[in-house]
Amino acid sequence: MDFILSHVEHGVMTLTLNRPDRLNSFNDVMHQQLAECLKQAERDETIRCLLITGAGRGFCAGQDLNDRNVDPNGPAPDLGMSVERFYNPLVRRLAALPKPVICAVNGVAAGAGATLALGCDIVIAARSANFVMAFSKLGLVPDCGGTWLLPRVAGRARAMGLALLGEKLSAEQAHAWGMIWQVVDDAALVDTAQQLAVHLAAQPTFGLGLIKQAINASETNTLNAQLDLERDYQRIAGRSADYREGVSAFLNKRALHFTGK
Amino acid sequence: MSELIQTRHGRVLQLTLNRPAARNALNNALLGQLAEALEAAAVDNTISVCVITGDARFFAAGADLNEMAEKDLPATLNDVRLQLWARINIFSKPLIAAVNGYALGAGCELVLLCDVVIAGESARFGLPEITLGIMPGAGGTQRLIRCVGKSLASKMVLTGESITARQALAAGLVSDIHPDALTLEYALQQAAQMARHSPLALQAAKQALRQSQEVPLQAGLAQERQLFTLLAGTEDRREGIAAFLQKRSPEFKGR
Repeated sequence: MDFILSHVEHGVMTLTLNRPDRLNSFNDVMHQQLAECLKQAERDETIRCLLITGAGRGFCAGQDLNDRNVDPNGPAPDLGMSVERFYNPLVRRLAALPKPVICAVNGVAAGAGATLALGCDIVIAARSANFVMAFSKLGLVPDCGGTWLLPRVAGRARAMGLALLGEKLSAEQAHAWGMIWQVVDDAALVDTAQQLAVHLAAQPTFGLGLIKQAINASETNTLNAQLDLERDYQRIAGRSADYREGVSAFLNKRALHFTGK
Repeated sequence: MSELIQTRHGRVLQLTLNRPAARNALNNALLGQLAEALEAAAVDNTISVCVITGDARFFAAGADLNEMAEKDLPATLNDVRLQLWARINIFSKPLIAAVNGYALGAGCELVLLCDVVIAGESARFGLPEITLGIMPGAGGTQRLIRCVGKSLASKMVLTGESITARQALAAGLVSDIHPDALTLEYALQQAAQMARHSPLALQAAKQALRQSQEVPLQAGLAQERQLFTLLAGTEDRREGIAAFLQKRSPEFKGR
């Protein structure tokens, strides 16, 4: 069974979470399949942008609770193990991937599905989509990067409200709060996300990767450390083929052709 | 292609471990070449500083296990490696390790033997000997604990787990972290900065730093003062102070 549909075209790898009857919620096999696809995205130089979306009416409902049916008389489950084995490596790999990661949130994004979506580099949501930090209602803590991410994308006050109350947040509100990049009409989501992905896949990927890493590093760096990092990354970026191409095409007034290197 | 590539950058000698098929494993032959190169550099007046580096994925991923497996107790007792390490350790000029990727086992011990360690973000340091039923045998248990403290050193030696460049920086094993693509470049810059100073002063200062690990504080202070006094007899000291007072760059002659 393919719980992850993978499709590569025009330098874009589109990953579709594919358990539509379970709102694309995660089970172990789906995690393993996603990890395999990410391995390919990491190794294949021709893939220059990653697009993640969901099949059916939802984006992702987080962890499949059917796998979490706790026997009240049995020993307590070790949820930390699933976080350590699946969610943490996933978040770390997406953050470290030196290519843009776009998330097209086609419907409800709940629990780890919400934090996964918000953690992508550029998030586009369908107008009918919404985000639910469902963890608190089960006595749990936002994982998949949630507690780190929320105060950074939403600010502390909203992060606390969202995480403690666990209420539904509309795509429009998430956009108004600056938590996501764009909201589009439901019918326009696929095209908008695809266009953006194809555009990014033709850009100077090496430089984009450095930008992404620099912005990620800024979350913990001091200004001083970040200035040093900018110097270092600029030094490396200045040696890339795409920088030469960009300058030469500009000076010669010709069309650009970036190779991503 | 040689397994140890020597490159000159002015007064800095760069030694590149080059056994990519063996993950730069430090067998006796490579260790011997390293010792020879350093011995030649020690008596070469045109060299002030040495930088040791590996490749993008491996600084050096350990010793050569095939060599080690063949040695029984008597053979290990008379192992030539002890002399090889001693020859490397005795190098009297500043020694910088520029580390990208894995520095494990003997590779980590070589790093620990260097005076300054500059790491790329990908660098990993570890002593996994315990997982093979052995233990570090070239300074790993002694030098690591002196730079990172008891708890972390014991954890690394007893579990065999490696640490990241960031952990190594926080613990004091590493002086700087840079993006991988710049590690060697920045290490050479730092070497070049050292190489601008008086060669005799560099050697005396290195000796004082080294002996701080060997003797009690009072004895160390006395020895430091002796080395300081020794430099008072050098031409370079007069040149260094004169250049400073005259606001010009000094020209050291190593005398």
